[in-house]
Order: sequence, then C-alpha cells, then structure tokens
Amino acid sequence: MTSPLTPGIVPGRLPADRLTENFDDLHAPYDGHEAAVAADRCYFCHDAPCITACPTAIDIPLFIRQIASGQPEAAGHTILEQNILGGMCARVCPTETLCEEACVREAAEGAPVEIGRLQRHATDAVMARQVHPFTRAAPTGKRVAVVGAGPAGLACAHRLAMQGHDVVIHEARPKPGGLNEYGIAAYKSTDDFAAREVDWLLGIGGITIAYGSALGRDVTLEGLRDTHDAVFLGIGLGAVNALGAPGDDKDGVSDAVNFIAELRQASDLAALPVGRNVVVIGGGMTAVDAAVQSKLLGAENVTIAYRRGRDRMGASGFEQDLAASKGVRILTNVRPVAVHGNGAAAEIELEYTTDAGGTLTGTGETIRLAADQVFRAIGQALLPPEGLALDGRKIRVDGAGRTSLDRVWAGGDCTTGEDLTVVAVAEGRDAAEDIHKALMA
Amino acid sequence: MADLTTTFLGITSPNPFWLASAPPTDKEYNVRRAFDAGWGGVVWKTLGEAGPPVVNVNGPRYGVIHGPDRRVMGINNIELITDRPLEVNLEEITRVKRDYPDRAMIVSIMVPCDERSWKEILPRVADTGADGIELNFGCPHGMSERGMGSAVGQVPEYIEMVARWCKENYDKPVIVKLTPNITDIRYPARAARAGGADAVSLINTISSITSVNLDTFSPEPMIDGKGSHGGYCGPAVKPIALNMVAEIARDPETAGLPISGIGGVTTWRDAVEFMALGAGNVQVCTAAMTYGFKIVEDLIRGMSHWMDEKGYRSTADFIGRAVPNVTDWQYLNLNYVTKARIDQDACIKCGRCYAACEDTSHQAIWMHEGRVFEVNDAECVACNLCVDVCPVEACITMERLPAGTVDPRTGRIVSDDYANWTTHPNNPAARAAE
Repeated sequence: MTSPLTPGIVPGRLPADRLTENFDDLHAPYDGHEAAVAADRCYFCHDAPCITACPTAIDIPLFIRQIASGQPEAAGHTILEQNILGGMCARVCPTETLCEEACVREAAEGAPVEIGRLQRHATDAVMARQVHPFTRAAPTGKRVAVVGAGPAGLACAHRLAMQGHDVVIHEARPKPGGLNEYGIAAYKSTDDFAAREVDWLLGIGGITIAYGSALGRDVTLEGLRDTHDAVFLGIGLGAVNALGAPGDDKDGVSDAVNFIAELRQASDLAALPVGRNVVVIGGGMTAVDAAVQSKLLGAENVTIAYRRGRDRMGASGFEQDLAASKGVRILTNVRPVAVHGNGAAAEIELEYTTDAGGTLTGTGETIRLAADQVFRAIGQALLPPEGLALDGRKIRVDGAGRTSLDRVWAGGDCTTGEDLTVVAVAEGRDAAEDIHKALMA
Repeated sequence: MADLTTTFLGITSPNPFWLASAPPTDKEYNVRRAFDAGWGGVVWKTLGEAGPPVVNVNGPRYGVIHGPDRRVMGINNIELITDRPLEVNLEEITRVKRDYPDRAMIVSIMVPCDERSWKEILPRVADTGADGIELNFGCPHGMSERGMGSAVGQVPEYIEMVARWCKENYDKPVIVKLTPNITDIRYPARAARAGGADAVSLINTISSITSVNLDTFSPEPMIDGKGSHGGYCGPAVKPIALNMVAEIARDPETAGLPISGIGGVTTWRDAVEFMALGAGNVQVCTAAMTYGFKIVEDLIRGMSHWMDEKGYRSTADFIGRAVPNVTDWQYLNLNYVTKARIDQDACIKCGRCYAACEDTSHQAIWMHEGRVFEVNDAECVACNLCVDVCPVEACITMERLPAGTVDPRTGRIVSDDYANWTTHPNNPAARAAE
C-alpha cells in the first residue's frame, strides 16, 4: 500500500473511498427547491447583460423564469435551442467571467444569480427524459463532412442535421466529445456525462461518426471537399508547447493534457500513478485541472508554477481558489530553467521573473523544488491542415466561419477567439447556419 | 423598553397583541402556551350552541399562496368553528382566565340568528369570567351556508339586531367581528354601533380559492376532487384590511368606535400601521400559525424599540395618528408635483424601471449607452411604478419640484398653493375658486 509520502510516481496513494469522494461532482446539482430559490433571485433584467455575455446568447432570464414557474424541462429547451451542449457548458463554463460576471446582482452584492447551476438543473431535466427534443427538417439531399467530434463539430453537425442535411463526422479518437471527453477534470463531468450528452445529441438523427479517422492520415481535406457539399473543421489544437528548458525529456516530465485524458478514461483511479511532488508549469485551466487532480489522487505536494503574476493567469479566480482550497500551491513569477535528475526528474529549478513594463525578464535568482513529476501546461498549438490561410497560429475565418477555401468552414479552438467550450459551440452552430444558407442558395 | 400596556374597552393587557379567534386559540393547552409565550390576550376559537358540535372535513382544510422560498403569503381555510363540546370549552376558558388574570380573554361566539340561541349561551359565557365577547359575523365558508358567520355580517340589519340582543343579555364588552366580503365596510360598522356594540374587529377572512390543481382540475384545498371557497388571510390581505380599518376610523358615523385590527399582521410594523390607522389593538393568527407563538417576541420588542426611538411612552400616543391623513381622492393636492430620480451610484442597471415605464407606463425613462437609465421629466407623470419595481431600495425616489419651477411635462409653473379636483377647471362640478 502506497501513501502520499511514497517517493516516485506510483498508483494507489489514497484508498478507493477517498478517491470516489474526491472525484465526485464539484457542484452537487440543485434539488427542486434550491433551484426555485436560486431562480427567484433573477431580476428578469431588460435587455439582460447576461445574454450579451453568453457566447451562445442563451435567453438566460427566460429560462430562469421558466424554472421559477415550475417548468425546468421547458427551461432546458430554451437553453438547448441556442446551445446544444448546454448541459456540458453548465458544468465547465467559466461563468464567473461570462454570464455571472455580467449579472447585475454581481455588481450589486457580489453574489450573482447562479446561472450555471440553474442551467444544469434545466438541462438535466431534459436529459433525464432521454427523449431528443428537436426534430429534423425535410431531407435536403446535401452531405456535409465535419472533422472533429468536439464541441464545435458536434454543435455544427447537430444544427446541420436539424436543417435536413446528412452529416459524417470524422473523429481521430475512439470516442466522441473532444475536450469534453478527454480534456477536462473528472469532477466536472461525472457519471460519464460527456458521453451521455453526445449520445443524446445524436438522437436528432442524420449524423454518423467515423472513429479513428484523422485528417491528414485517414482522410484529406481535398478528398472531403470532393465527396461532400461542404466541410467543417473543428479539429482543435494538437501539439503541446515544450518547456524550452534542459531536462524536458526526463522521465516524469509529460503533457498535462495527456494526464487529464488518461485520468478521464481510467476505469480505476487507484491504478493511476501520480508523483509525490508534482509541479505543473502553466497558468491556465489545464494547469489547474492537472494540479487539482494530482492532489486529489494523493500527491503530497502540488505546485502550479506560472511565469507571470496571478492577474495574468488564464485560469479564472474561481479556478485559482479551487486549486488553493484543495491544497495546491500557486507560485507566480517563476519560470522553469532546468529539470534535474538522474534519468528521471527529481527536482525542478525555477527562476524568479519580473514583468515590469510588460517584458518578462529573469531576475537570476532561482529556487529548486522537489519534483518527481512535472506537467507541461503551457498551451497547445494548431497543427494546420495544408492549403488554409492562417491568422497568426490559427485558421483564418470570417464572422460566419468561412475559411480561405471555398466550401470549407472552421470553428472552435482551431480558429481565433477564446478557447472555450461555449465559444466552440457558438462557432459550430453559426457556421452550420451559414453552410445551410450557402447550400440552399 | 417602552411599556406596551394597552387598554381596549377597559380591558387591560400587557401588550396590544391578541391571538385572533382561530385554531391557535381552540383549547386550553394552546392558550396557556400562548400566554406563557407572551401574548397579551386571546379571542377563544368560536363557540357554537350546546349539543353535538360541528364536524370538520377530514381532508385538507388549508390552502396556501407562497412567495419566494415558500414564504407563506396567504392561507385560506375551510375549517369551521370549534368542533369540541361547548361545556369543555367553557370549563377550559374558566380555568385559563382564572390562572392568567392579567391577560385579555375574549370569547368568540356564533349561534343561529335567533334571540333564544343567544340568550341561552351568553350567561354561560359570562360565567367563565371572560373579559368580553366577539360576535363572529365574519367566517365566509361553511357556517355561512347555515345562515351564520358572514351570512349575518353581510346584512347590516342582522348585525344591529344581534348586537342589541347581546348588549341586553351580557354585561361586558361586545365586539362585532366584521366580514370583508361586502362592498362598503362602513355599513356593517354603523350597524354594529347602532346595535350598541362596544367595538368592531376586522377583517375576518376573504372568500377565496387559492389555486387549481391542473391534474385533477379541482380547486385547492381539495377534498375528494372537489373544493369549496375558503377564508383568505395572512400578509397578502393586509392592504385590504388596512383600508377597511381606516374607512371605519374616518367615517363620521363610526368615528371613535373602538377597532381591533386584524388582517395579516406579521411584524411589529404591521401592527403599528393598523394602530396608526385607528385600531386600538391588533389580532394575529397567520403569523402564529406560520412561525409559532414565539413570533410575539418580535412584535413586542419591535414595537417597543420603535416607540423608544420615536419617544412614544404609550400605545395611546400613536393610535389613530394616521387617520386624519386618510382622505378622499378629490381632496389630494394636484399642485404636489414630483418626478422620479434615479441614483446612478445605487443603480445596478437591471433595466426593470425602463421596461416597466417603456412598456406599461409613460415612456419617461431613457436607456443610454452603457445601460445608464435617466428620467425624462418631460414625460414623467410621477406614477411611481419605477420605484415599485426597482429591486434596490431608495435607488429611485420621487422628488418634489420646488414651487416656482416649471414642470417640463405640462410647461406650467409649480405652485405652492393647495388645489384639488373640487376646484379644478376640468371638473364639471367644480366650485368657482374665490
């Protein structure tokens, strides 16, 4: 039996019941009365700021009113009309920087209406029924290829299917969902929610998914264009940026996204190895997800090391507080200069930084932390398909998601804009509407 | 702590909070506990005539209206008068009054509308040593179908007749409890006075259906698929009760007639408002049924604290203080011109004032860039709806335009003079102003 104090990267640091407890739902769902009380706090604002703040423009005051008047399922429909992945967004949206930040009660009393939890209450009510609430328009005979079964691809496919088009999704991985399935902390998607949500979404009909079908390996963009009326790329990001410090290749140094994916796919958390001293390099949501889950698996010491100040971290204040509450130490203004160890990582050496004037410079002073496991969480990069114009490091699109290639649209993390599930859903949905318009013209 | 001792009809109680005739006062056990909790008096649950007591339904007898968080806003009931034998009630009243001599003990009575019935019960009630009686002419459900309760209260002649029988056959104070299920409360009040009643108490409950079950299509509370109107009470009825109390207090024919105020009293403030409008004390039921007898502590402490703040030494200092300010619409000062003012620092930008004004009132609020809301004085009629719907207290206020300034809506100079409808040129019946 191992414990948090066992050296190295080992499984089973915590007993099974502790693990179950640790990875339970981050926010327990509201019961009916809690939802009614929370819903009653909504002021039903005129031209509500929360709607404007929502990338998918869900009519939030309306769906909350529907909960208040006793119809959570109808409320769910209102949400899903705008955002077919409203269930997942209710769980993973950084609401504190979106709708809840805009809530007038946040300004008034620092306590917004809990829109995310209410959205979950409503979408859970729809999902509990296990009946797909939308129907397809008459068949158009048009065929659209979607690459990537992540949030953007799924949202696009669903809207296209609703409009009567037939959709084939090419997904490189063995399961659908993209980052919903592989890329977020387990306590945000309990009970296999991501998979259940996709199953439910596919209930619309007219969508088939080809698994293990990767762009550039199994299919080509040219080929898809030749055989389909339109193509939508929702391919996300691929390569993880390197540390850029010696020792990056030592055993124990790996990508946070892989750790997160393995953890999500693990059937037995007790069999999942984790270090005693874990250091996560980065400051975004992925860094927090990796750090918190390391701690929840039983690592003794977990540190997030971020090169700039707290205010520059990609992770929201809520996520930072969550990390702190789980016992993760957040070290800011440090950057990795070397990973030390004989074959396997044993220590990481960090240099203090200053970003006075906006330029990040090292101070020369360093600190060494024990580190038998180091996670890179310093961003991912697009692996760009050939033939597409880029905008910086992302695929260039116009407002409707049109790329530089005729009949090819794109959306989600592979295009410019915030890398959020809810943004991906909005882009996929809007591209579908534009594709529909183009195909029916 | 200001002394709350209040004397009503010569009956002194340590505070003006009596429990109304209702389930909380149905038996010795409850009433002793109520007195121990601090209630100043009780009106015992209504007694009926001797013989087999009435029976109640055996299904739900209460319906409810909930506010946020299931806050009880109103309850209706289809319960009848006491369903315990008269003898048992009389014995218990006697014992409790003997043990709590400093508390008011009023006995509510409802017997058939004939003199013999009243003559039979009154001496027996007198023997209990109770301080007075209250004639239940109010209950709108059940007993009214048998010619009692509100069936009596809706006919001023009956009120006068029965009140007179009671005064002739009972030595202590007689209070007539009025039903609000009439068009003009002044008529039954005048009848009570004409019959010699010492006071009126009001309001009794309002005929009501609280809701409809949409699965069974039956009204609530539902008994085997059917429902019957019940009597509505609780915070929701307070505005109706306040007006009726005020109408009696300011009617020249009933002015000075003591009033026991009833209808949704939940806080000390409610009680003070009833008393300011002329009630000599108040009776409480729904608040006790919702929160238990302990709620009286808030009533006592709250009223006392408020009196200390205001410098009132006795409840008599403020009873009736608001009555002179209740008037007819036609006497309201039309030269009192106000405009809504929005405190931009307090505003949380919800836009409810805008939606309300734009959609349902006078299009007198501008919505500027950045969700800044501003009143357009040229359109504002000072209706107060924005104040009412604003979720932030004191964010929107009504400010009076000083005399001499121009009201941008009418283009007229605001006058200092008092001028009302009776002299307004648009009034065909206006008297010429001299």
